[in-house]
Order: sequence, then structure tokens, then C-alpha cells
Amino acid sequence: MTTGLPSLPLGQRLFPRRKHDSTGSKVLLVLTVIPVLLLLAITLALVIKSIPLLRDHSLGSLLLGTEWKPMKGLFGFLPFINSTIWVTVLALIIAVPPSILTAIYLAEYAGKTLRSVMKPILDLLAAIPSVIYGVWGMVVIVPWVQSRVLPFASRLPEGFPLLKTSNPTGFGILSGSIVLAVMVTPFIIAVTNEVLTAVPQGIRHASLAVGATRFQTITRVLVPSTLPGIFASVVLGFSRALGETMAVLIVVGNVVQMPSSILDAAYPLPALIANNYGEMMSIPQYDSALMGAALILLVMVLILNIASTLILRRLMGRVRRAW
Amino acid sequence: MRSWRFKPRHITETIAKFFMLLSFLVVAVSLLSILWTVLSKGLPALSWEMISQTPKGGYYLGKEGGILNAILGSLFLAGGGTLVALVVSLPIALFLETYVMKTRWARYVRLTMDILWGIPSIVYGAFAFTLMLAIGMRASLLGGIIVLALLEIPIMTRAMDEVIRLMPEELSQASLAVGASKLETALKVTVRQMLPGIVTATLLAFGRGIGDAASVLYTAGYTDRIPTSLSSPTASLPLAIFFQLGTPYPEVQQRAYASALILTLIVLIVSLGSRLVSARLGRFINR
Repeated sequence: MTTGLPSLPLGQRLFPRRKHDSTGSKVLLVLTVIPVLLLLAITLALVIKSIPLLRDHSLGSLLLGTEWKPMKGLFGFLPFINSTIWVTVLALIIAVPPSILTAIYLAEYAGKTLRSVMKPILDLLAAIPSVIYGVWGMVVIVPWVQSRVLPFASRLPEGFPLLKTSNPTGFGILSGSIVLAVMVTPFIIAVTNEVLTAVPQGIRHASLAVGATRFQTITRVLVPSTLPGIFASVVLGFSRALGETMAVLIVVGNVVQMPSSILDAAYPLPALIANNYGEMMSIPQYDSALMGAALILLVMVLILNIASTLILRRLMGRVRRAW
Repeated sequence: MRSWRFKPRHITETIAKFFMLLSFLVVAVSLLSILWTVLSKGLPALSWEMISQTPKGGYYLGKEGGILNAILGSLFLAGGGTLVALVVSLPIALFLETYVMKTRWARYVRLTMDILWGIPSIVYGAFAFTLMLAIGMRASLLGGIIVLALLEIPIMTRAMDEVIRLMPEELSQASLAVGASKLETALKVTVRQMLPGIVTATLLAFGRGIGDAASVLYTAGYTDRIPTSLSSPTASLPLAIFFQLGTPYPEVQQRAYASALILTLIVLIVSLGSRLVSARLGRFINR
């Protein structure tokens, strides 16, 4: 035998490879079960841990109660839920318009140099840990709110309830929202920019060729066709902001109350969990309540995800029809 | 005559452009302000002692010591977590792209990944802590590694999935056409072709892991010592920053700034490293 070929018959030579392939695919299939199981396990564990709390309190009194006195067995989550919503919504109001305008500017107007400089910077900023944003908020934003915004708000006449506060410090919703807004900005810009640059150049040329200005091209051609992508970027930013813990915790003031102005201090759900986990063992049902808080947060994120998927599907349909 | 310049739509164009430029400037200034704050506050407080020593007695009152415990702790936590996540994520991404590209199961797995990606890290922390309590495990390096791995799996899988999807289909078709099995194609063609993307995804996840504080708060604990085994509690940089920032002593707050600078530098190095590596590796693959 000079050829060096294995003397086994063809079928047997092929056999081990086929076997590898089929075992391989089975092992891999089992691995894909892990994430699905993980999601189920997280939900289940939080539900199970919340059951003791639900046994003694009605769901309504938990979600709509405003009294948070764990020592007396009062667990009203509404101040925390409200705080979370206030901080997140305000952050998005601050973040979304400039982010999308910046992304459009970078994609449609900016020159090559600026674009190539901005991209690594945005990447880096998206990678910066949230606690760093918290440090920045405490060093820059909180003093700014305290020394500039508060005096300005106190001079305002009646009629601006959103700016009336008894909170003497800069720690509050506005500071938390600004920090969050700056945190999600690189993210929204990066995704929107990517979506816009994916639009074929020919479509722009066609629009410009019939005499549209650049801005008309943007508002009537590019934005409608990329709306799902832009929307997705905002939702992703939203869910990042909703669950952000450390950056907000540092600057938001952490006072249990129903906020009524953007300068009030607040106490979002993630901060509640992070601040009290250590002492939860000493008070009955406290651990159950904190797990309940985690569950509420999880449900909020899930609702956001599902709603956005549904809206996204409708938007996609509209875009497809438009083309 | 250039009277067309003053048509309403051209005025709109100018106004719109002004606002875009304005928001670009606002965004750029606030982002640069962060980097500037970390640098200008952190640099004066940074010393060799900070990065070469563990906290001595009274460190949190402003006495001697450094945060070597937190630096090493963070590297161990994020390194271990990333390794575990890689072992799980790479096969999942390969499987999704090689075997079940467009089946219903693949859609479910991707949807699950998206949902997991959006779950706040504090929820991961709470979940892992509950599990650890249930099985009688204490806050430890292992607990921190597990929770970071859980947190990083969706990040890494999504990033790899995206990268593998970009691979030209002809490449795997060619491999299958010459008789390679799907497994061989995945391991020998796809992985090699996607190596830069895989490295980038891994480093991205590492960056997220090392910066996350909420998940390790109760799973890894905090200690002044350098961890010696998987069962010892482990300090981490984000928590070191958080705790030092929370003290009323200005000297200790200074150290929080220095720690923030160290953490930022680590993330910067990882981010630059991933760019370099993927550029370097990118030369060896065909596009």
C-alpha cells in the first residue's frame, strides 16, 4: 500500500464524522435551552420569593400603596414605581431629540474626518461603566442643579408646578435624568447612525435629484424608511435607563415620597433593591418585598419589550407598504 | 438672481441644520465633560500606592493603603465571568447560525436573548443572590463570576450572532459542497472567519462585566483582602468607587476619583485592544 489511504470501507470512514456531526448538533441544541431556562428561572424565582408578601397583602395595596414602612409591615411600592417612571421618562425627553438629531447630522451632513473621530469616541463612551457616569453626575451635575437650577426655579412665579420643590439639594430627579440621558446618548446615536448609513445612497440621490433639499430628503424619505430602527434604538435606550442602578442611586437623593416636581428627590426601584439588601434579613417579609420590587422591575422591562415588538411590527408593515 | 435661496424649504433647511449642529455640540460637550471630569479629578489623586497596596486599617477614614484588592478582584470577576460566558455563548451563536438559521426555535432563542439583554443587572443580582441563599452559598468570587456570566451571555451571543450573520453564505456553502459536515464547517470555517468578531464580542462583554456594580453587590461581597480562592469574598472596582464616594471624608472621595480613573483606563485599554486585535486578525481572513 503506497497511497496511504485508510483501508476501511467508505461507510465506516464516513461514520465517525457523521456521528460527530449529530452529537455535536445535539449538544449545541441543549446549550440553546440555557438562555430560555435562565429567563424562566429568573421569573419563577422572583415570583416564588414574592409569594409570602402577596399572601398577606393584596396586589392592589402593594402596587397602589404609598406607605413604605417595613417595620410596620407596610409595603406600598407606588413611590418607587413612580420615581422609576419619572426619572426614566424625563431622561428620554432629554436624550432622544439631541441624540437622533446628532445621529442624522453625523450620517447625513458631517464630513469623513468628523465621522471617523466620533465613532471610536461613541464606542468608548458606550463602554464606560455606569458608576463613572454617577461620579460625573455627583461632581458636575448635582452642584450645577443646586447652584443654577434651584435658584432659578425659586424665582419663578406660580404656574410651574413641575419646578416647585422643597428639596434644598441638587440630588433629585433632574440630576438622575441628566446622568441617565447622557448615559444612553452614545447608545441611541450609535444605533440610529448605523440604521441611517445602511440606507442605500441611490435613494438619497433620487430624492435630491428631483429637487428636494437635504432636510426634506431626511424627513420624507430617510426617517420614514428607518423609523423601525430608530424606534428600536430608543426602546433599547429606554430599557437600559429603566434598570440602571448605580449611576442613578448616587445622584437621585433616595427619599421615599411621591415626586411631584422634577427637582424633588426620588427613590427608583433599582436603588431600593441595592440600598436595602444587606439589612433585609432582620425585618420579616422585607426580603420578599425586595424580591417583589425586582419582579415589578422585571415586569416593567418585559412589558416594554413586548409592546415595542408589537409596535415595531406595525411600523415595519407601514414602511413596507410605503415602499 | 438667487431669490430661490429664500424659499421656505431652504429656510427650514438652515434652521434644521442649525439645530442638528447645536445638538451635536451639546452631546459632544457633555461627553467630553465626563472624560475631562474623570481625568482632572482622578489624575491628581492617583498614586503608585493606590494601585500597589491593599487598604490598611483606617483606609476609609483617609489613612494609608490602596485599592489593589478591588483592581485584582474586578479582573478576576470579569475574567472568570467572561470565560464562562464565552464557553456558553460561542456554541449557541454557532448553532443558531449553522443548524437552525430560520426555524421557529431559533426565533424563540433570539427573542429570549433580546429580553435577557434588557433585564437590569440588579435583577440578575437579586436572582443570583436568592439562588445562592437557597443552596447555602455565601457571597464569593464564584458567586460573582456566575452572575457576571449570566449577565454577559446575552450580550456576547447577540454580538456574535450579528457577526456570524455577516459572513458570506458562499463560504459555508463551499465548505459543505466539498463534503464537510455542518459541525466541521462551523468549527473550521465559520469560527476562523469570524475570529475578529468573536474577539470583539468577548472584549465588549468583558467591558460590561468589569463595570457592573449592581449585580456583584450582594453576590461577590466586598473585602479588603485579595481573593485567594473561589469561595472567598471579592472586592470590585465599581463598588470601591461607590463606597469611597459615599464617605464624608474628602481624602477618601479623592480616592474614589482615582479609582474611577483606573476603571476608565481599564475599559479604555480593553476597548482599544479589541480594535487592534480585530484589525490585526482581520488581515488574515478573506472578505
